[in-house]
Amino acid sequence: MEDLYAKKAWELIAMLRGREVSAREVLQSVLRRIEEVEGDVHSYITLTEGEAEQAASRADEALAGGRDPGTAAGVPLAVKDVLCTRGVPTTCGSRMLEGFVPVYDATVIGRLREAGMTMMGKANMDEFAMGSSTENSAFGPTRNPWDLDRVPGGSSGGSAASVAAGEAIWALGSDTGGSIRQPASFCGLVGLKPTYGLVSRYGLVAFASSLDQVGPIARDVRDCALLLSLIAGYDPRDSTSLQVKVADYLEALEGDIRGLRVGVPGELMQEGLTPGVRANVENALRLFAELGAEVEETTLPHLDYALSAYYILAPAEASSNLARYDGVRYGLRVEGEDMLEMYGRTRAAGFGAEVKRRIMLGTYALSAGYYEAYYGQAQKVRTLILGDFRRAFERFDVLVSPTSPTPAFALGEKVEDPLAMYLSDVCTIPVNLAGIPAVSIPCGLEDGLPVGLQIMGKALGEAELLRVARVMEEALGFRERPRVARGEA
Amino acid sequence: MGGYEAVIGLEIHAELRTRSKMFCSCDASFGGEPNAKTCPVCLGLPGVLPVLNRRAVELAIRLALALECEIAPRCIFHRKNYFYPDMPKNYQISQYDLPLAVRGHLDLEMEEGPFRVGITRVHLEEDTGKTVHVSESGRIHGSEYSLEDFNRAGVPLLEIVTEPDIRTPEQARLFMQELKNIMEHLDVSDCKMEEGSLRCDANISLRPRGSQDYGVKTEIKNMNSFRALYRALDYEISRQREIMENGGEIVQETRHWDADANTTTPLRTKEYAYDYRYFPEPDLVPLEPERALIEEVRASLPELPAQRRRRFREQYGLPDHDAWLLTSSKSMGDYFEEAVAKGPDPKAVSNWMMGELSAYLNARGMEIGEIKATPSQLADMVSLVEEGVISGKIAKTVFEEMLETGKDARAVIADKDLTQISDEEELAAVIAETIAENPKSVEDFRRGKEKAVSFLVGQVMKKTRGRANPQLVNELLLRELREGG
Repeated sequence: MEDLYAKKAWELIAMLRGREVSAREVLQSVLRRIEEVEGDVHSYITLTEGEAEQAASRADEALAGGRDPGTAAGVPLAVKDVLCTRGVPTTCGSRMLEGFVPVYDATVIGRLREAGMTMMGKANMDEFAMGSSTENSAFGPTRNPWDLDRVPGGSSGGSAASVAAGEAIWALGSDTGGSIRQPASFCGLVGLKPTYGLVSRYGLVAFASSLDQVGPIARDVRDCALLLSLIAGYDPRDSTSLQVKVADYLEALEGDIRGLRVGVPGELMQEGLTPGVRANVENALRLFAELGAEVEETTLPHLDYALSAYYILAPAEASSNLARYDGVRYGLRVEGEDMLEMYGRTRAAGFGAEVKRRIMLGTYALSAGYYEAYYGQAQKVRTLILGDFRRAFERFDVLVSPTSPTPAFALGEKVEDPLAMYLSDVCTIPVNLAGIPAVSIPCGLEDGLPVGLQIMGKALGEAELLRVARVMEEALGFRERPRVARGEA
Repeated sequence: MGGYEAVIGLEIHAELRTRSKMFCSCDASFGGEPNAKTCPVCLGLPGVLPVLNRRAVELAIRLALALECEIAPRCIFHRKNYFYPDMPKNYQISQYDLPLAVRGHLDLEMEEGPFRVGITRVHLEEDTGKTVHVSESGRIHGSEYSLEDFNRAGVPLLEIVTEPDIRTPEQARLFMQELKNIMEHLDVSDCKMEEGSLRCDANISLRPRGSQDYGVKTEIKNMNSFRALYRALDYEISRQREIMENGGEIVQETRHWDADANTTTPLRTKEYAYDYRYFPEPDLVPLEPERALIEEVRASLPELPAQRRRRFREQYGLPDHDAWLLTSSKSMGDYFEEAVAKGPDPKAVSNWMMGELSAYLNARGMEIGEIKATPSQLADMVSLVEEGVISGKIAKTVFEEMLETGKDARAVIADKDLTQISDEEELAAVIAETIAENPKSVEDFRRGKEKAVSFLVGQVMKKTRGRANPQLVNELLLRELREGG
C-alpha cells in the first residue's frame, strides 16, 4: 500500500472520515518522512510537531465522538513562512525577523484553524518572497526533491518541496510574480494564484501589496480546489478583498472542455524555452484540441514589457513595505552610536543581497525627478497589459503557456546573474500585473524534471479554471514521483 | 512694516474626534498608559493592513463643507515615505495629488474691513506616535535613550492648507481662532493646541508693498498657541525685514519657534529637504464619497459661527462688536444663549460677558468652560440688578464672588449682606447721622454749593457699604437738606 504521506488530501479526508486511518497515523507517517528527507531537502524553517500532534489528537477525538473535525483536520499542511501564525515564529526567510513571533494569525490561518488545520511547519522561502529559487533564504536553500542538486523554484520553494517530498500533504504559498506557480512547476505539483482580492492578504507579510496573493500548492487539482475553498472569501480586514460570493470549487471540477476557446499568447512561446518545455506544452495543446477545445494562437503585444514594468512596480512597493524593519520595535537590532547608525547597521545586517537590490531599485524608481519616468511609466504599461488580457478574454475562455521557460535549474546556476533569475518568471509575471487567476499543472518531464503548464483565466474565473485544469490533468496522466535523490548528471 | 508686506499661508493639522483610529479599531482618545491604545495595525507589525475609518471621512467632509470646499468625487491615499522612529511603518498614509476636498474659503472681519482666506485643500492622514527622550533635560541632545509611545499613532488627522492670503500676524491669529471656532461648532476636533490636537505651521515671506511676486519663504513650526502664532510671525517678519533692508538674502528653510527665547531658529535648510517618494497606497482602494453621503452631511451641518453672529444681531438686537465677541467660540455663544433663555435683557448679559467675565478669563488665562458660575446664575444676577435688589456696583462684587465660588447670586448677597437698601426709614436714620457728622458740607450746600450733595451721598454709601440705593439717597438727602434747618 502507498504510504500515507504520499496520498492526496481528499483521499486522506475520506479515509479519516471512514475511520480507516487516524489523524495521528497520518501525522506519524509524515513525521517519519520528514526525518528521512528533511536533512536533504530542507523544506522547513520551523517545524511545529507539537502543535500538529495536538491538532491530530483533536481531530481523532472529534471523529471518535462522531463530530465534524473540520475539512482540513488531520491533513498536515506546510505554511509558507511569510504568513503570520500566532505564537509560531514567522521569519520570511530573513535574519531581520529571526525569532519574531507574531501576536496574531493571518486571516487565511484563522480560517484554516477553524477548519481543523494540522499545521506541520513554516516552509522555507526566498527572503521576503523575493526570488525564484529559494536560494535567497537566510536559513539556507531548499533543494528540489526531483534532483537535490537543483532548486525547487521560488519564492515558495519550501512549500512546494515539502509537498513533493512527502513532508506535507499540501501547502500554502504566496505569489507576487509567479512564486506559487513556478515552484509548483519545478516540483511537479499543482499551484494556483487566485484572482487579486479573492483571498485575504491580512497577515501575509507584504512584498508588493498590489501583486501579492496567497494560494494553494497541492498534488492534484482537486486538493488545490479544496484548499482554495477553505481560504477564499471577503475579509473586512483587507480593503482590497473582493466582496463576492465564493463559488463551490469542488462541484465546479465536474464537466468537460468541449468548445472551450483556448488562446496561446505568442509572446509567451518565444525564444528561451527549452526543447522539453516547448514539446510538452505543444503536446498539451494537442490534447486540448483532442478533447474538443478550439486552440488558437493569439497576441498580447504589451507582454514584452511586463518584466520591466514588474521590476519597477514590485521593488517600489517593496521599498516602502520593508521600511518598517528598522530595529526600533521588533526583529533584529544592531546597535549604533545614534539612531541613524542603528538603522543602517540593522538593515545592512538584516537584509540579504537580493532584498537590498530591490529596495534600492524601488527607492530609486520612486525618487523625485524619476517617478514619472519609472513608476508612472510602469503603471501605464500595467494598464496596457490589463487591456491586452481583457481583449483576449473576449475571444478566449482561457489562455495557455508554459509556467516557466525551463525546468528546475541547478543550485547556484543563476545566483550571480539576477537578470537570468528574473527571466524564470517571464510567463507568470503578466498574470500578477493583470490580477487574474492562473494555475500551473504538471504536463510532462524534460530530462527527468517536471514541466509546468500555465492556464490563465478571467478575473474570478477560478471555478472554470479549475475545471479545465482537472480535465487536462486527467488527460495528461502525469503520475511521476520524485525520488528525493541527486540527479544523474 | 515700512515698504514691505508679509505673505502668509498656514498649514493646520487637527486630530479628528473619532472613537477609533484612522485605520484600526483602537481607542483614539488622548492620554492613557504608553502603548496601551495600540494593536498590530497601528504598531505596523508585519502583515497588517489598514481599513479606513468611515467616521473620519464624514468628519472631514463636514469641515470641508463648512469651509465651502468642493468634495472630490474620487480621491486616493498616498504613502509618504520617511524614516522616523515614532512612525511605525516608516511611511505615513496621507493624501497627495488627489485630496478629499479643494478650493474652499473662510471669510473674516477686522476693524479695517472684511477679508477672505482661500482654502487650498483639506485632506485626511494618520498621526504619528511620540518619542520621549530619556535624559535630565528631556531633549534629544545628551539623552541616554529614547522611548516610543504609539497611543497617538494612527489617530485620524485633518490637514488644512490655506492660500497665501494672510498679510498680518493678527489676521493669522483671527483665522486660526475662527477655524477652531468652526471646528468646535462642528464637533469634529477637540482643538486643544496644548495637547497637540490642533497644530499650525506657517509659510511666510516678505515682498515690497504693491508687488505681486512671492519672496523666498521660511516655514515656521512649533507654534502651539494663538499667542505663539502671533508672536512667531511678528518676530519672523522683523527678522526677514531686517535682512532685506540690509541687502541680505532670505534662506529658504524650516525654522523652529522658541517661545522662551522669543525667536525662530533654523531647523533644516532646503538642501536637507526630504524626498518623500509619494506613491499611491496599494493597501487602500480609492475613496469615492457618495453624493448621498455628502448631502446627508451637508444637511446635518449645525449653525456655524457666521450664521450665529448674524442671528445674534437680529434676534437679540446686539451690536456687531457684541455679536463677534459672543460668537468667538462655541462655548461663549452657548453660555450667552443659555443665560438669555432665563429672561434677562440680552444686552445686559452681553455687557457682563464682554466686561467682567472676559476680564476675569483674560486675567487668569482661563476658558469660559472652566469657570464655576453657570449661565443661569449669571441670568439670575442680571435679573436682580434689573429688579433693583442690588446695585450695578454691588453686582460686580457679587459676580466676582460667583465666579470664584460658583455660588448663586442670592447666596452671595445673603452671606455678605449686600441687598440694596431701598427702605426710606432705614435710609433716613443713616442720612440724619451723616448730616449731623458733616456740618461743613451742609453749610456749603446751603450757600449754594450743589456739589456738596455728591459728597454726602458718598458718605451714606460708605456707611451702608454701598448697599444704599444711590438714587433714593440723593432724593432723600435733598429733601432733608431743603426741609431741615
